[in-house]
Amino acid sequence: MDLRRYPGFRAMTLLCLVILYTPLIVITVYSFNASTSITTWGGFSWRWYADVFTGPEAPRFRAAAWNSLTIALIAATTATLIATAAAVAMVRGGRFRGKSATFTLINLPLMVPEIVIAVATLIFFSMIGLTTGYLTILIAHITFCIPFAYLPIAARLQGIEATYEQAARDLYATRAQAFRLILLPLMMPGVISGYLLAFIISLDDFIITNFVKGAGMETLPTAIFGSVKQGIKPNIMAISTMMLAVSVLLVTLSYFVNRAGQKTRA
Amino acid sequence: MAGFAPKTGAEGTGYTRIVGPLLLPTWAMIGIFLVLPVALMAVYSFLTKEFRGGVIWDFTTAAYDQFFVTRGLFGDEPAAIEWTYIGIFWRSIWQAGVATLVCLIVGFPTAWFIATRPPASRQLWLFLITIPYWVNLLIRTVSLKFLIRDNGPLNESLMGLGLIDGPLPLVNTNLAVQLGLFYSYLPFMVLPIYAAVERYNFALSEAAADLYASRWVTLREIVLPVVRPGIIAGCILVFVPSLGAFLAPDLLGGAKTFMIGSLIEEQFKGSQGNWPFGAACAMILMTLVMIVLIAYARQQSRAEGG
Repeated sequence: MDLRRYPGFRAMTLLCLVILYTPLIVITVYSFNASTSITTWGGFSWRWYADVFTGPEAPRFRAAAWNSLTIALIAATTATLIATAAAVAMVRGGRFRGKSATFTLINLPLMVPEIVIAVATLIFFSMIGLTTGYLTILIAHITFCIPFAYLPIAARLQGIEATYEQAARDLYATRAQAFRLILLPLMMPGVISGYLLAFIISLDDFIITNFVKGAGMETLPTAIFGSVKQGIKPNIMAISTMMLAVSVLLVTLSYFVNRAGQKTRA
Repeated sequence: MAGFAPKTGAEGTGYTRIVGPLLLPTWAMIGIFLVLPVALMAVYSFLTKEFRGGVIWDFTTAAYDQFFVTRGLFGDEPAAIEWTYIGIFWRSIWQAGVATLVCLIVGFPTAWFIATRPPASRQLWLFLITIPYWVNLLIRTVSLKFLIRDNGPLNESLMGLGLIDGPLPLVNTNLAVQLGLFYSYLPFMVLPIYAAVERYNFALSEAAADLYASRWVTLREIVLPVVRPGIIAGCILVFVPSLGAFLAPDLLGGAKTFMIGSLIEEQFKGSQGNWPFGAACAMILMTLVMIVLIAYARQQSRAEGG
């Protein structure tokens, strides 16, 4: 009797994958539907993709995409820099006062419900008199991206022994040189994977952005949400499929970077 | 300075003296833009509402009073418990609980199956389970709605197969919201259980089998108690975000499936809003979540201690 096998568990796993993937596959297939009706299949066509770029709603989508991309780029870059410094301090800084409090602080954006962060951030910005818009979205995104960037970086750093840096330091490398030439290249897979995760998380966020975006400002998720309220139109399916493809691409990239990193792990 | 034994700690790398500067950006960002706002939100929940959506700096417990107490339509009746908002919270807890249970029923066998694959293919299985999580939650919820709506592909194919006569009315029901929550957070259940099963020592199962325990008795009496921490972690990771979820109830549900997230969102939209009341609802939600997390942390430390 093989005690690792239970009848039905394989079927349940396959069911799990079917449930997870069916909606995504269906929306991808229907985004290529030539018909104007979302219900009937009218043959394969790129028309809704063309509609996203040249149709009546194109300027709105283009502005939203620009906002989403630039916010994600700046937020992910800033959050990764902050998280890298934090990870080095937490893993290489030895024991210090407030270490566990700092750990809680870093993970706080993951523990507080998103809707609560959204409300609190909106109240804060309105209280200090900062007009909601691009800047407020950016600040909120940097904040909640920090733990997502931190976790893979710290995990990678924990697997790197300090002996390489100690050897470099014994041979009169400065702390900056030891970081740039030894530690940074070794922790790079973690940094890249943290960056990509932060990028996706920023690109995906709806709830917090929806609260702090202000009037007239849109990112892709808020623009899509606004359209979907009036029903799921084919051009929304096309834009969703493109976003889906970007997410899958980035996660796959992150997966392979991590795996390559595991091979080089000292 | 350097000893003979290899050091894995911080000694000799020179970072111990600059811990403060390295952590300063983190403290500043999360401190100013998360901790401070949550503290201000607590203050806000005790302020007086201004009719256009702002506040007046007069301290009052009116928001909490509105949440818990009713004095009739004209405020002249004796105070009684207001059930409307407690009801919305209770429904949210119920919906999140059902979603968590379904995630557990599907997630446990999945996690078990993946953890018992050969090590080389485990990573790929895990990767397959986690990809959908990284797809935009809004897009996933919209896709699900597209699939299950009255004349959507699911109903069309079920009718095409002759399994049902008319479309199943799924959208705008509790079931749709539970399905949406389940779909949103399933990977959160699989990952911690997977981690627990991967560490499980199968010699325990063999010992049980040697003593004539059946497969399922072994699962119930031996495996489940050992991997319990993973199961609890998975349940919390699904339950907590489900409780404050906004997209699944908003897009898949209707007026009858109103949950905490929508209630809070409503207070901050347009002139109908009531910021102190919204802040009070958010405070109550956060308190609930913190109770769950603290109970979990205490249970964890007890499990490690004894």
